[in-house]
Amino acid sequence: MALAQHQIDKPPFDVEAIRQDFPALSLTPYGKSLVYLDSAASAQKPEAVIEAEARCYREYYANVHRGVHYLSTKATVAYEDARRNVARFMGAGDPSEIVFVRGTTEAINLVAATYGREHVGEGDEVLITTMEHHSNIVPWQMLCEEKGAKLVVAPIDDRGDIILEELEKIMSERTKLLATVHVSNALGTINPVERIIEMAHERGIPVLLDGAQAAPHLPMNVAELDCEFYTFSGHKAFGPSGIGALYGKKELLDAMPPYQGGGEMIRSVTFEKTEYAPAPARFEAGTPNIAGAIALGATVDYLEAIGMGAIQAYEEELLAYGTSALESVSGLRLIGTAVHKASVLSFVMDGVHPHDIGTILDREGIAVRTGHHCAQPVMDRYGVAATARASLAFYNTKEEIDRLIAGLEKVREIFG
Amino acid sequence: MSDLFDLYQEVILDHNRSPRNFGKLEDGNLEDSLEGEGRIRHADGHNPLCGDRLTVYVDLTRGDHGETIRDIKFDGSGCAISKASASLMTEAVKGKPLAESERLFENFHELLTGDPSVKGKAGAELGKLAVFEGVREFPVRVKCATLAWHTLQAALAGRGEPATTE
Repeated sequence: MALAQHQIDKPPFDVEAIRQDFPALSLTPYGKSLVYLDSAASAQKPEAVIEAEARCYREYYANVHRGVHYLSTKATVAYEDARRNVARFMGAGDPSEIVFVRGTTEAINLVAATYGREHVGEGDEVLITTMEHHSNIVPWQMLCEEKGAKLVVAPIDDRGDIILEELEKIMSERTKLLATVHVSNALGTINPVERIIEMAHERGIPVLLDGAQAAPHLPMNVAELDCEFYTFSGHKAFGPSGIGALYGKKELLDAMPPYQGGGEMIRSVTFEKTEYAPAPARFEAGTPNIAGAIALGATVDYLEAIGMGAIQAYEEELLAYGTSALESVSGLRLIGTAVHKASVLSFVMDGVHPHDIGTILDREGIAVRTGHHCAQPVMDRYGVAATARASLAFYNTKEEIDRLIAGLEKVREIFG
Repeated sequence: MSDLFDLYQEVILDHNRSPRNFGKLEDGNLEDSLEGEGRIRHADGHNPLCGDRLTVYVDLTRGDHGETIRDIKFDGSGCAISKASASLMTEAVKGKPLAESERLFENFHELLTGDPSVKGKAGAELGKLAVFEGVREFPVRVKCATLAWHTLQAALAGRGEPATTE
């Protein structure tokens, strides 16, 4: 039970015990111990999650909501238990406010295609920010194009903070939805979403938060935030890929038209007319990612046992260490220096393209992301084509940051 | 580390720092073109994986051995491998008949992706371009090394579509 100790008593944050939970962290690429600094792209999985998914397939796998038999009943109970777990993790009052989706991208497309199509018309506006991931740009662009509406973009300052006065200025009676990232994947900025939601609600504007990068780092409470929609992906929060959750306020979900048609989302079907099931089933056409949802339920259990507050506190320390370590590297510029940041360190180096940094670090066993991070407008804002990004999770250590710095010295050695 | 030093050879680092034939070719620059013969073609190349973007400009003329690359330049931004590859490509094909430049690309591609046991033949004709042999050990970087060549092909074909490594 020694391993699970931190999960029971929540003693002081024990990163070495936590690392034991993640089998991938003991891999040795090129004969070197792995330093995984790419969790913002996708995070590694704890044994508890891997085991939960495997156990479903071994012990109680069948289709959900369909069968009267033993296995189907068990699978359905586990699937709906997972929804309850996710609702609790997100701070939602009612599990029926949680729709299982493939991930954040699908969730945003779902809202754009249902709520968006009903509420955004010609001449209306959808408001986003400069620091959005492509997944919170393109669905709105497609909607605006279809409806003759306008996509309006709030600017950010040089540090990577939304300029709130500007945001306020561009909100108007034409704004039908504000969709913004909670934590920026390219800059690490933690947006002041409480203030943003307050500003939007004063004008009657509903708010969707893209929490893909917030879920692995911060406590989440959609009821306190009072946002209309919130979404996150399992795979960035140490859960399986191909599963995520969309929270929507009950009265909104109940009023929204279906997303995809098919099985599961209906109440009754004739060739003349179909009656749709209530939310969330209405938005879950077809056989869902059953084992993935169940494992996502196990993921949030795992995170809650450690405590998102403890995770946040540990990461703040790690981020401060990483920031000052990187600032000491000559010719290195951090991209994204917001006042409130999650543990994402994007940077460029004089005379070395990020892709070359990535290749050299890779051979040292260090995984970082290089490129535009699916946020090209952010790259344009800072006048760079790409950055290297070291993204830290609660399983990373100061020693790993030291390995990163040593790796960057090797980059200098090669590139002069 | 030895793989890395094979990849980032001094020639590559040098061409990355000071790319040759870097810039634009414009019709206006070509007072000495034979009338009606000098005509600039260009194409954009893009590697979506890492954001490398470059443009290759070629000026063709009719030579003794068919259409010949009279002048060639490139500009844009990218990683060391893509920039050095573009730079060394322009040196390698400048003044060469198209048929020969095509053969060079085939050999170059073979060097990066082909069976290493037969590399001797391809390598022998490649001259300086053989410094990219180390890229073979870094499969995700092959696209960086071939971007300029794909872009040159697009420019020669006169396709309006940008070349892409995808």
